[in-house]
Order: sequence, then structure tokens, then C-alpha cells
Amino acid sequence: MIEIDNVHKSFGDLEVVKGVSLTVNKGEVVSIIGGSGSGKSTLLMCINGLEPIQKGHIRVDGIEVHDRATNLNHLRQKIGIVFQQWNAFPHLTVLENVMLAPRKVLGKSKAEAEALAVQQLTHVGLGDKLKAFPGKLSGGQQQRMAIARALAMSPDYMLFDEATSALDPQLVGEVLDTMRMLAEDGMTMVLVTHEIRFARDVSDRVAFFRNGLVHEIGSPDQVIGNPVHAETAAFLKSVK
Amino acid sequence: MFSTSFTWNDFLFLLEGAWVTLQLTTWAILLGTVAGLLFGLMRALLPRASLPLAWVLDVFRSVPLLIQFVLFNSLKSIVGLNISAFTVGCIVLGVYAAAYFTEIVRSGVLAVPFTTRRASRSLGLSYLQDLRYIVLPIAMRVAFPGWLNLVLSVMKDTALVMWIGIVELLRASQIVVTRIQEPMLVLCIAGLIYYVMSLVVARLGARLEKRWQEND
Repeated sequence: MIEIDNVHKSFGDLEVVKGVSLTVNKGEVVSIIGGSGSGKSTLLMCINGLEPIQKGHIRVDGIEVHDRATNLNHLRQKIGIVFQQWNAFPHLTVLENVMLAPRKVLGKSKAEAEALAVQQLTHVGLGDKLKAFPGKLSGGQQQRMAIARALAMSPDYMLFDEATSALDPQLVGEVLDTMRMLAEDGMTMVLVTHEIRFARDVSDRVAFFRNGLVHEIGSPDQVIGNPVHAETAAFLKSVK
Repeated sequence: MFSTSFTWNDFLFLLEGAWVTLQLTTWAILLGTVAGLLFGLMRALLPRASLPLAWVLDVFRSVPLLIQFVLFNSLKSIVGLNISAFTVGCIVLGVYAAAYFTEIVRSGVLAVPFTTRRASRSLGLSYLQDLRYIVLPIAMRVAFPGWLNLVLSVMKDTALVMWIGIVELLRASQIVVTRIQEPMLVLCIAGLIYYVMSLVVARLGARLEKRWQEND
């Protein structure tokens, strides 16, 4: 379970998250939608401690993420994250990209890590690209590799930070299909996304962020289909 | 027997000089690479704490190499250090190379996108693992052409050590010129030897770079 409790986050004088509380239960898929600058991506970075917070608490399975005593390297093993810019490691092959963390962080043997990586890459449809370097792949393939790389750590949670925003329109589908597959497998997921229809399809709950706060949260049919607040309706209209 | 033409022995004499040039280059680059790597990492990762280091290295980058050779050689005599002129040459050239290589390494490390490092940390890699497996390999590819340039430049800068009494390739050719009075010929031959040595280094480097580029 991810518990976000009254979290405040600032960059210098600029407060971007202004007291967000949100709980994500095991097995749940929660989508966060909202305009740019609403604090949704920033909040995601705070969940696995990539960004420090100024106030509030984030607990993952009861562990305080922003406690000095918390071993973040250890905690991050169970929280996978996929970024907007897929961030492939350009000097490693697709297979090596996925094998790196299982080998160096989990201490798996080369054979074990390779078997694991092959399995994950096949799962996301890249079984024929193992020896290729990321530079030779399309954006969609690189993003699927990034998903396999995160999954190879057998995480309990997956965070997606606008995973399809930097992709050409014709490549969005393949990445969304991979994410949908994960959701159907029962993975606990938090998605920051602009794909409203996708969010409606796969989410258990949708949160609309505005000005660093959760403005509206509820079932997808309610928030997207029948929003209570005028701002939510206006945002949905603007992205359609 | 005294001869006034360019003999086979003169050529061997030049090759001996070239051998000294190569040795100087090797030691200087070895020293410069190790120290420059260390200093460059410090400059890139701890920019504030390593600021004094930058000031010191700036001195070595800014003062003409010839002055550094002569001053260090004099210092050696004043302090009474019992080291050879060859060692002085290696140290001065090595520090000079380190000063340049520091900046090359720094720019290489800073060229690794913050987001790439963030991705590796998000997988649970520690700070040091991120450096070892992600930052250094990428930085190396960025820094390599600059390093190769430095090797070639240092190889030619070794010519300045003749001012502290070391007979390397250029000094050897001057000695031959003094005797046979054929500066054009001898300098052409010496130049050709420099060219061949540089070419070999450059070609080896280009081959390595090409292999990386095929990958990325």
C-alpha cells in the first residue's frame, strides 16, 4: 500500500505539491490526470524518494520513504518507475539494460539474470531485439524495454510518468497495450497520463490534480464521465 | 670517420630519440590519465569542494610548458632532489596532461544526462554503482576523442624537454643538423617519424571509437 499524507514539495520558492493525500491499495490502478505544472509528475518522483519532500509523509508498505534511516536503494527495488523519456542506458544492449539491476542490485548470477531478462523482454514483445543497442530501437520499443527493465526487479508497484507523452502517435498503442497487460496481471500501478480514454479503461480510480492538489478523485466513470467540479470538466474538454 | 651526409647511423640515432619521445609520452599520459581521471571526477561530482583544485590546475594550463620545465628543473636543483632530467620531464608533462584531462573528464561526466542517472538510481543502484556502471562508461565515450587529442598533443610537446638536456627526437635531429648542415632533410625525416607515431595512435583510437559508434 502507498500512503501519501499531506505532502508538500517545493523547488526553491515554487511550491508544486501543496498538501496531497492519496492512498493506493494493493492491486489497484490509480491514474493521475491534470494540466502541466499541476504537480502530478513531481509527486510520482517523491514516491520512491527520487525527490525529497518538505512536509508530510509517504509510506510504502509502512516504510517511511523520506526518513533518513530508510535505505532508499533497498526500497526502490520494489517500486518500478517508467519515465517519459525512456532513459535507456545507451552503452548497453537491450538485454544488458535489463540484466544490470538484477545482477548488481539483487546479486543474481549472470545466467539467472539473463533468463529473467529474456523472459521480461519476450513478455513486452522484444524477444528478437536482445542484442540490439537502444539507439537502434524506436521510441516505443525503447519504452517497452524500460518497462521490462523495471519489471525485471520484480517490483510490487509500478509508477508510470507520462510514459507515452514523448512517443510518436503510432507508437503509443504498443506501449499502452503493455501497460494494460500489466494492469490485467494485477500489478499495483500509479499512472500519470494524458491518455484519458486509457485511464478510464484500466483504472480503478482517477485523480484530477490542479494547482498541486487533488481536485477530484473517484471512479473513472465518475471523474471522467461525470465530473463534479467545473475545472475537471474544463480540463477533460481541453484534452479531448 | 667523419661524414657530412645523412648516414644509416644518423637514422638510428633519430630512432633512439624517437624512443625517448615515446617513453616520455607514455609515462606522461599514464600519470596524466590517472590523475586527470581522479581530479575530473572530483570536479564534476564535488564542484564546490574541489574548487581550490581547479585553481591549481589552472596554473598548469596557463603557464607555458617551457617555463614549467625550466622552473621545475631549477627547483629540483635548489631543493636537492636526486631525480633525473627524464623523471622531471615525465612529471612536468604528466601534471600538464592531468590539468587538461581533468577538464575533459569533467565535461564527459557532466554530459551524462541527469535523467539517465535518475533511471539507474530508480532501479536501486547505489550512488557508486551508478557511477561505475552508467556514468563512467558513457562519460568515457564522450571524453575519449579529447583524450586522444591530448595524447597527440603531449607527444609533440615532449620536444620541449630538450631544454632541460634530454635528447629526444627533435634534439637528436638538431644534433645531426649541426654536423651535416642539412636542416631541411633532417627535419623532414624527424617530422615524418613524428607523423608515423601520431598516425598509429590516431588510427588505433579511431578504430576503438568506431566500434563504440556501431553500438550507440
